[in-house]
Amino acid sequence: MADSKAIFLKDAAVNAADGDQRAFIRTALGGYYVNRDLQKARYRDWERARDAASMAKWSAVNDLANVLEKFVANFERNGGVVHWARDAEEARAIILKIADDAKAKAIVKSKCMTSEEIHLNDALEKAGYGVVESDLGEFIQQLRGEAPYHFVFPCMHVKREAISELFTKHLGTAPTNSPEELTMIARRHLRQLYIDADIGITGANFMVAETGQISITENEGNARLTAALPRIHIALSGIEKVVHKLDDLSVLLPMLATAGAGQPMTCYNTLYSGPRKKGECDGPEQFHLVLLDNARTRLLADPEQRDALHCIRCGACLNVCPIFKNIGGLAYGTTYQGPIGSVITPHLRGLKQWNHLSGASSLCGACTDACPVRIDLHHHLLHNRRNAAKESPTLFDRVFHHGFNFVIQRPWLFAAGGRIFRATLPLLQKLPLPYMGAWMKTRDLPKAPARSFRDQWNQDHA
Amino acid sequence: MPDARSEIFARIREALKVKAPKPHLKGDAAAGKTSAVAKPWLPEGGETAEASLTILAEQLAKLKAVLIRVPDQAAAARALAELSQAKSWKKVAYHGAPLARTAVAELGCVTWEADASFDKQGLEGCDAGVTTCEAIVAQLGSVLVSSASSGGRALSILPHVHVVVADVAQVVPDLGAALALTQARHGDTMPSMLSFITGPSRTGDIERILVLGAHGPKELYLILIG
Repeated sequence: MADSKAIFLKDAAVNAADGDQRAFIRTALGGYYVNRDLQKARYRDWERARDAASMAKWSAVNDLANVLEKFVANFERNGGVVHWARDAEEARAIILKIADDAKAKAIVKSKCMTSEEIHLNDALEKAGYGVVESDLGEFIQQLRGEAPYHFVFPCMHVKREAISELFTKHLGTAPTNSPEELTMIARRHLRQLYIDADIGITGANFMVAETGQISITENEGNARLTAALPRIHIALSGIEKVVHKLDDLSVLLPMLATAGAGQPMTCYNTLYSGPRKKGECDGPEQFHLVLLDNARTRLLADPEQRDALHCIRCGACLNVCPIFKNIGGLAYGTTYQGPIGSVITPHLRGLKQWNHLSGASSLCGACTDACPVRIDLHHHLLHNRRNAAKESPTLFDRVFHHGFNFVIQRPWLFAAGGRIFRATLPLLQKLPLPYMGAWMKTRDLPKAPARSFRDQWNQDHA
Repeated sequence: MPDARSEIFARIREALKVKAPKPHLKGDAAAGKTSAVAKPWLPEGGETAEASLTILAEQLAKLKAVLIRVPDQAAAARALAELSQAKSWKKVAYHGAPLARTAVAELGCVTWEADASFDKQGLEGCDAGVTTCEAIVAQLGSVLVSSASSGGRALSILPHVHVVVADVAQVVPDLGAALALTQARHGDTMPSMLSFITGPSRTGDIERILVLGAHGPKELYLILIG
C-alpha cells in the first residue's frame, strides 16, 4: 500500500474543507465534553487515579509472559478453550474452524475492534456464513458497507436522515427522523437474530490473570445477549489486554467509562469465566478465546513506546484531537483512528507506509492529557518521525541533514550563508517558494536584522 | 515450525529483555502517600451505610433507574404488584430465589420461574424479569448480578424490564468492595457470568443522542428492602 499516504492526504483535505460535517462532529462531541467533566469532578483525585490505572497496565505489560500464563491456566481451569494466533490469518482460520466444526448457520457479533483488525467479517462471509453486527453503530456501518469512523462511536458522522434511508432500504421500515424510533427498529430487528444464532463473537476489554475471567464493557446489552443466547461463545482479544488482579478493574472500569464516554460506568461491565456451569440454566456450551499477537510483540520490543500497549481503547484521545475533529475518522484508513491509531499503526502495519500519520498532529498534547493510562501519545508521534527518518530517510532528509552537517562544521561557510540569506530575504518574500504557498499566503517573512547574532556578540561583548 | 503458543511466548520473553521505565506518576502515589480509605482518589462511595445509600439514590436517579425503598418483603411484593398493574404486564419471569419468589407472590399476571428451562423465545416474550443480585455499588449506582443470583445469563437482559429485589444490607460503598465480596463468596468457583448493571440499557450511537433500551431492558427498577 504505497499510496496510503496519497489517499490520506486527499481524504484529509476533502474532509477538512467540509464545514458542515465538521460542525456536525463538533456538536456530537459537545455533550461528551460536558458529561466527561462532570464525571471527572466526582473523582477525588483524577490524576492519582490515572497513576493507578497506568501502573496497573504497566506492571502487567512488563511482566506479560508470566501474567498471560497465569491467566490462561485459570481460564482453562474454568472450562474455556484458548487458541493462539500469531497473525490475522491464523486468527481467522481458528474462528472459521470453530464455525465449521459447529456446523453453524448464523453468527451474531458484538463490538470488537480486534475483529476489524483481522477483517473477520469478510472471511466469514466469504466462507458462506451470515454474520451480523449487533452494536447499533456497527450494525449501521455494516449496512453502509463502511469501516467504523471512531472505534468507540462507529457511526458518529452519520446523520439521522441517512440512517432512516438506510433502514428503509435494507429493513423496509417507514422513514423516521427520531433517534429513539431508529434505535427501536434495530432493537426489534436484532432480537430474533440473537435467539437464532449458533455462535456469538465478542471482544474483551480486560483479561484477569488472578481469576481467569474476561471483562467486556458495553452500553447497549448486545454483548450480554451475544454471550448468553448462542450455544457457542468466541471471544477475540489482543494478548496485551491482561491485568494482574480483579481489583485492578475497580480503577480501570470506571475510568474507561469516564474518559471514553463521560459516564460513571458503562451500562454493562461483564466478567465471563467459562461456558455454562453445572447447575446454571443457560449460557453457551462452549467458550473459546482467541489470543492474538499480530505485531503486538513488535511494539512490546520497543521499550520507548511499549506503553502504547497500555491502551484501553476508550477513545478519549480521538475526542479531543484537533486533527481527528477536522479530518474525521475514515481518512486515517486504519483500524484504530486518532492519536493512538497514528502511534500504533506504523508498528502494526509498517513504518514506511504509515509514517505520514505521525505528521498528522499539531503536537498540542491534548491526547496525552486526556489519556486515562498516561500514554505519552504526542511524544510517540515524534519518536515515530525520528525512527522513520533513521529507517528510510527521504531525499530531502538526506540532502538537508548532510548539508547542515557540512555547513555547521565550517564556521566561515555558515557566516557567508547567513550574509547571503539576510541580503536576499526581501527578495524571497516576493518569490513563489515551493511547498510554502499556503503558509506564505497569510504570513510575511520577518525583516532581516542588519547584523548576525555572532556579529552582535563579537562586536558588543568584545 | 514451533506452535503459535510457544512462538508468541518466545517473542514476548525476547521483547521484555529490555526493560521499560516506570510510568511518570503525577499524583500522591509519586510521593508515596497512603491512606486508610481504599483508593481515596476514586469517586466517593460513602464511609457510612447511610452515606452510601444517599450516594446510591443520587446515582440511580442520574442513570434514570428507579429506586423503590420498602420496609419489608411483604411491602416489596405490594410495590411490584402496583408496578405490574400500572404497566399492564402480562407475563413476568423470575429467578427461583426466596427474595424474588416472595416479591412476585402478589402479581396478578402470569408468572414463570425462568431458571427451570432455557427457553429463549419464552423469555423474550416476557414483559419483565425479576432477579436478586450479588451486591449493589453505591459509588456508581451499579447492581452486580451473576449467573448464580439472577437466574442465569438471559433473565436480567432479555425481558424488556428488569426488576432487582435486594436487601439494603447488600449495598457496598464501591466497586472494589463489590469485587472483594464476590471473591470472598465464590473463591475459585465464580459464577460463569458476573455483570455490573449501571442503569437501563442505552445507546448514543445516533448523533450521540441518548436513547434508553438499545438491546437490553428499557427500564430498571431496584426494590430495596429495609
